[in-house]
Amino acid sequence: MQAVFFISEALASIGRTTLALLTSIGRLVIFAGLAVSHSVRTPFYPRELMTQLLKIGYFSLPVVGLTTLFTGGALALQIYAGGARFNAESVVPSIVAIGMVRELGPVLAGLMVAGRVGASIAAEIGTMKVTEQIDALTTLSTNPMKYLVVPRILAATIAMPLLVLIGNIIGILGGFLVGIFRLDFNSSAYITNTVDFLETGDVTSGLIKAAVFGFIVALMGTYSGFNSGRGAQGVGQATTNAVVSASVLILASNYLLTELLFPA
Amino acid sequence: MSSAAKITMNGVKKAFGSNHVLRGIDLSVATGSSLVVIGGSGTGKSVLLKCILGIISPDSGQILIDGKPIKRRDEFLSHFGMLFQGGALFDSLPVWHNVAFRLRQGRAKLSKADAQALAIEKLRRVGLKPEVAFLHPAELSGGMQKRVGLARAIASNPDVIFFDEPTTGLDPIMAGVINELIREIVSEIGATTITITHDMSSVRAIADNVAMIHAGKVRWHGPVDGIDTSDDPYLDQFINGRAEGPIESVR
Repeated sequence: MQAVFFISEALASIGRTTLALLTSIGRLVIFAGLAVSHSVRTPFYPRELMTQLLKIGYFSLPVVGLTTLFTGGALALQIYAGGARFNAESVVPSIVAIGMVRELGPVLAGLMVAGRVGASIAAEIGTMKVTEQIDALTTLSTNPMKYLVVPRILAATIAMPLLVLIGNIIGILGGFLVGIFRLDFNSSAYITNTVDFLETGDVTSGLIKAAVFGFIVALMGTYSGFNSGRGAQGVGQATTNAVVSASVLILASNYLLTELLFPA
Repeated sequence: MSSAAKITMNGVKKAFGSNHVLRGIDLSVATGSSLVVIGGSGTGKSVLLKCILGIISPDSGQILIDGKPIKRRDEFLSHFGMLFQGGALFDSLPVWHNVAFRLRQGRAKLSKADAQALAIEKLRRVGLKPEVAFLHPAELSGGMQKRVGLARAIASNPDVIFFDEPTTGLDPIMAGVINELIREIVSEIGATTITITHDMSSVRAIADNVAMIHAGKVRWHGPVDGIDTSDDPYLDQFINGRAEGPIESVR
């Protein structure tokens, strides 16, 4: 009798969790749909968009630049060490370039921006919700979705490819510096190998990924902020949710996009 | 004062899960009059305001403005102002932009210079100096934030203004100043107002009429002069702040 009770409780628990998960996914999809539909309907807030482009794009440059610089350098060392096992040290420039542009640039920039910008968006909007600023916007005839969500999502989707483009260049520069000063590569040969080996598709695929990651970061930040609980704890939880969910979604969508863009 | 109803609520009900907050509210507010809604914490006063604003959808019942159901919420909100309990000022904007926020939106938006001039005029009306216009909300005291919130609520000379606990968190002198300002300004612009408060000095200073909400329904409704002579034990307990009485208190 007790075993039946435990089994039914376990099944009920699984059912409740599944329903809660499906509800959350449904809410997120509706929220994303509303944000996209509002982004093509007036009124627009270009000033807000510019502010967000500055906050999300320009102010993320140092963190993305430093991350890709050190990663490019480490990547050069790793590829050199691995390549030395079968006398293929010369592949360092091309593999660093492809690795940065296709994978590491977009993914690392996405994760860093998720930490910096996703958390900031969730905390800002969560605080606005808790202090009734979002209700105040409504009473001032301003749609919070248009004023708060759309500019952030558009700005992140536009800024991320630009950030990744710059991050890619800095990452390749990191590999170049290590290659020249640490691994004794010839500088002109390193550059020639990098440029000759890279294809346009490598770069564009990374930029497409970056745009998707930017959308994800801003979507999860705004969604978590709008659904923040009350008080400091609620806002803190919303911030954590934004960063964790955006990071997981970035990694999952990175795999799906890689399958789509580079089918085996 | 006209006796036609500006806002009418018929049988408004709202529940959150098993918590039935509003169990059928019937209330009307005459044009140009000031209704103060009182009641214990958690009795649904704020939910009632949010139902009228459309921030929360009632489960059933009808809300009429000028005798008609609200078809376009935007149209109603364009003639509406609200002072929030905590001010709800936008942290990222300077005070002048907070005050003139609505007037900087839409096709007929004011220029920056005109919006600043109007904001400074409204700030002066609530007793704040022009220099305050260029500060950010975080640089202001609680009383100043309430005044800025009041300036924002009246910036577009609205027909309807809601005040959500306008004196909460203020010292008695500042509370008196805010009450006086509300009374003066509302009379000046002839707006219809609904105020939520627990502060009986606010009730006596602001109200033409008082409605007490208890257990999700209007328990008592009448002119402010009647609250002291009413024989309703619930109202009597509430306005005199007694722990003993028909309203259950948690100790």
